[in-house]
Amino acid sequence: MQQIINFVIRNKTFLLFLLLFVISLGLTIQSHSYHKSKFINSANFLTGGIYEGASGISDYFDLEDQNEILVEENERLRSQIFNSGDSIISASAKIDSISYNGRYKIQSAKIINNNYSSTKNYLTLNKGEKAGIKEDMGVITSKGIVGIIDNTSNGYSRILSILNTKSRINAQLKSSYHIGSLKWNGKSAATTVQLTDISKFAPIKEGDSIITGGQSTIFPKGIPIGTIVSFVLDISGDTYTIQVKLFNDMTNLSHIYIIENLDSEEIKLLENPIDE
Amino acid sequence: MNSLNINNIIRFVVLTLIQVLIFSNINFMGSINPYPYILFILLFPINNNRTLFIFSSFVLGLCMDLFSNSGGVHAAACVTIAFIRPTVLKFAFGMVYEHQTIKFNNTEFGNRIIYFSILILIHHLIMFSLEIFNMSNILLVVQKTLFSGIFTIILCALISILFSTKQR
Repeated sequence: MQQIINFVIRNKTFLLFLLLFVISLGLTIQSHSYHKSKFINSANFLTGGIYEGASGISDYFDLEDQNEILVEENERLRSQIFNSGDSIISASAKIDSISYNGRYKIQSAKIINNNYSSTKNYLTLNKGEKAGIKEDMGVITSKGIVGIIDNTSNGYSRILSILNTKSRINAQLKSSYHIGSLKWNGKSAATTVQLTDISKFAPIKEGDSIITGGQSTIFPKGIPIGTIVSFVLDISGDTYTIQVKLFNDMTNLSHIYIIENLDSEEIKLLENPIDE
Repeated sequence: MNSLNINNIIRFVVLTLIQVLIFSNINFMGSINPYPYILFILLFPINNNRTLFIFSSFVLGLCMDLFSNSGGVHAAACVTIAFIRPTVLKFAFGMVYEHQTIKFNNTEFGNRIIYFSILILIHHLIMFSLEIFNMSNILLVVQKTLFSGIFTIILCALISILFSTKQR
């Protein structure tokens, strides 16, 4: 017994190092599995507060760009309204946004911390559970998709960016119904992602658009993602791997929209019935 | 002793904030970021108890992980360099360290750069290999380590020159 205690005292530095190293390794491994990184994330009171304060200052330098993006979106929405046949009636009908009859509920929020330099990128939002934000909601901008909410606290939430090697998003070609999954290999620049598992029979052309497929409960169908830059057939010869250039500038994000699928619980219950 | 502690606490907070708010957002050439927050570990006073040193390095790493959403990557790297620091000190400074009379402000510039470089490169290597966590991407790990490492070494040298108070 005396010897054990002596050993511990003699090697206390090494043992402490080993203990702390194992703890941090554990946290690392935990963060690599989807939906498990609960403890160490930036969606908490302290880090969220600091990021919000800092973004309150830096937002001013970005106002012009954001205004331009907003005007562009308004322009597009207006042209949609005016070109949709019976303009006056349908316009007034569409503007009535107080009652949500549809499947999707949209709310806006602001990015307070953007990250795109590592291989596992996350973004922090200035809204959380208090505003009704839950895990697995989709996040988009006016131009395209951003990611999926993966962790929430009271006032902040964290987005798993599409520029994260863990991210998998259901996507399809705009011209046909061939679906695949959108990934990022961590190596390409922040403007391109990879679309895999597209069948070799799909008609692919450079410059074609990629949109979200309606297969998951997270994103509604038809949200733009990007255009095809290049494509190669896999080694197996059955599927294409496509390089997709994003519509979104992931390095310059501020105002985003959060999509809540009001039917998602019902769909999930149907797909995974509780065992009896 | 007390003022030394306060000095270190201030250094901890300031380095963390500067790292999180400025240096993590540089993104030079797309994805190269320096990590000069480890100056806290590099310049921690030497004649001190190692348990406290290793533990505070761990807390520093954990703070960085909190801000950058990276699990325990920074913590692991920080703990490791805190543990191997005495060996590197002995290698870089030789006899001066043996006599326990070393003051970072009074050391030779060349020796200091060697000492910084070794610890920074080890830190970055551990950090990036844990972050990417994939043997097939080992080239990416080395590339990121090298680029970020050089950036960090330059910044650390500059900061340590700027804030050194030479007393002869």
